[in-house]
Amino acid sequence: MSAPTRAEGAALRALRAVGAWLEERTGLGAQIGEVAGHTVPRDTASWWYVFGSASLTAFAMQVVTGICLATVYTPSANDAWTSLVQLDQGVPLGWFLRALHGWGSNFMVALVLVHMVQVFLFGAFKYPRELTWVLGVFLLLMTLGMAFTGQVLRFDQDAYWGLGIGAAIAGRVPFLGPQVVHLLLGGPIIAGATLSRFFALHVFVIPGLLIAFVGLHLLLVLKLGINEWPMPGRLVDRDTYRREYQARVRADGVRFFPDAAKRDLVFAGIVILALVACAALFGPIGPGGQPDPTIIDTVPAPDFFFLWIYSLFALLPPGIETPLILIGPVLGIAFLLALPFLSGTGEKSWRRRPFAVIAVLLLALTVGTLTYLGTFAPWSPVMEAWSALPTPTAYLKGRSPLEIQGALIVQSKQCRNCHALGGEGGLRGPALDGVATRLTRDQLIRQVLQGGGNMPAYGKNLSPAEVTALVAFLETLHPAGQQPARDASAAGAGQ
Amino acid sequence: MADSRDSNAPVPPVSRRGFLLTAGVALSTVAAALFAVPVVGFLLSPVRRLAAQAWVPLGSLAEFPEGQTRLATYRNPFVQPWDGETANVPCWVRRISAAKFQVFAINCAHLGCPVRWFPESGLFMCPCHGGVYYADGSRASGPPPRGLFEYEHKVEQGQLWVRGGELPTLSEPV
Repeated sequence: MSAPTRAEGAALRALRAVGAWLEERTGLGAQIGEVAGHTVPRDTASWWYVFGSASLTAFAMQVVTGICLATVYTPSANDAWTSLVQLDQGVPLGWFLRALHGWGSNFMVALVLVHMVQVFLFGAFKYPRELTWVLGVFLLLMTLGMAFTGQVLRFDQDAYWGLGIGAAIAGRVPFLGPQVVHLLLGGPIIAGATLSRFFALHVFVIPGLLIAFVGLHLLLVLKLGINEWPMPGRLVDRDTYRREYQARVRADGVRFFPDAAKRDLVFAGIVILALVACAALFGPIGPGGQPDPTIIDTVPAPDFFFLWIYSLFALLPPGIETPLILIGPVLGIAFLLALPFLSGTGEKSWRRRPFAVIAVLLLALTVGTLTYLGTFAPWSPVMEAWSALPTPTAYLKGRSPLEIQGALIVQSKQCRNCHALGGEGGLRGPALDGVATRLTRDQLIRQVLQGGGNMPAYGKNLSPAEVTALVAFLETLHPAGQQPARDASAAGAGQ
Repeated sequence: MADSRDSNAPVPPVSRRGFLLTAGVALSTVAAALFAVPVVGFLLSPVRRLAAQAWVPLGSLAEFPEGQTRLATYRNPFVQPWDGETANVPCWVRRISAAKFQVFAINCAHLGCPVRWFPESGLFMCPCHGGVYYADGSRASGPPPRGLFEYEHKVEQGQLWVRGGELPTLSEPV
């Protein structure tokens, strides 16, 4: 570096003078310096400790992009959808801001979840950090609350019917059902008042709480010190923990800034770049069709992070569905809040907490499987299968007119909405390829007429001639080398 | 107890400073409670509008041929100008005979998704979680705990009317 010129020297002096003037009056610089330079255990300067600050980075970006969107978005049921289209198509960079906010929501939920799993496996919720964990549980709930209310503000068909599902769940609350529904919707029906109150929640109530809780969460992290890297066999004891922690920090601590924070800075940069790349590559999320309830040709589905709940609703046994929907979340949240008080001392390391590791794996496997199922919803009839999918030609070649008539009935009576043929069609019922090897002629007739095993009865909607044709076709559906099913008793009697 | 005090400096029973603090706390508490009454009342006001139903026309009888099930739409009787399209509520009208009707809510009894009518197979199917109903609205298969919700209806002035304006749920099935 060359020596500063006279002009540069003057500018530097002026800047220092302004800094000194501000510092004399606010003292902020000293305070920030103290906070940034506080010592932390050397082993926490690790890539495993970057997810909290990354979540905060994602939240900060959501605030910025959210405020930008709010300058155009119109929270009125009549105009919301149009204002989203206007943002996408009429406002310069509006599409990009919507993409950043939509994908930013996914980033934030994902980062908060990873952060939570990390602090759980590292035993960070144990003494004396119980309240840091409790605040964190509320921060998770608020993050999910933001994701759900944000999906409502993207006021399209999915948002409208998502509200309908919310109301249907609220309507299952015993005794107070109707009142809870009205409170949720702001009236007896999904309308303008519903969108307005979700706007208030998404833009004022939850973000305000989020900022307050993030502040408290960080305050506790500073006051109690960041959780040290857990060593197997080093147990948490209420009488000795704080003394040991402080001794360790004194003996072998590093400054938070820059020694630990440099990794946070690198990861925050990666998160920002990844989000910008995602937004640029994939563009804004929705809006789907107009929120017009009279357009009923729609297949409502929630956003990615709620797909597992969508699956759960389809797969829970009807008998226990209501109690599970209403009590399950309460129990789950209560357990998360109670965790640090149930297991506040002892072993912190995941190496010595096999049940903690198994619990995380099982939960991830369960939620992951349900999410995967939610992406193609095998329980739902494929509404257009009957009119849109061709019958495989192999099943039609060389068939009699009666059998071909039966193939037509499989299409025209919407059988394929639930039953696949040649790998295409609904997955609600079993595929019909090879059905003749499983059911005899009599069993086929009985199943078609009376239904059962989750299949509606078609007795009223098929003439005897149609049943004959349909079953004639179904009887041809068996692999070439495999005999169709036959009635063992009838065969025995015939001999 | 009084004897233990310094008898040379009699303490007034209530000091001015102590009185102001007590009065301040009391006054603020009462004022805050009074302030909270309208706030809470406002937030809970949607709860009180329970009987929110009125008769609305679905269309002339000629629009509903006998033996058929057709989609009909009514305008929410309690509409606000900013409700937009959300005030148009669809429902299924089944005309069994000249004078006999069934009017089903669009909402699946499971979780409220819009059910679709398939005249060929005579079934209502729900796209969300696989609920299926027969032509008369009774449950055929899938997760719904009951049949389709049915509107109260009447024929008047050559028109079919329903009592609408409420989202049907299990606890308040129209």
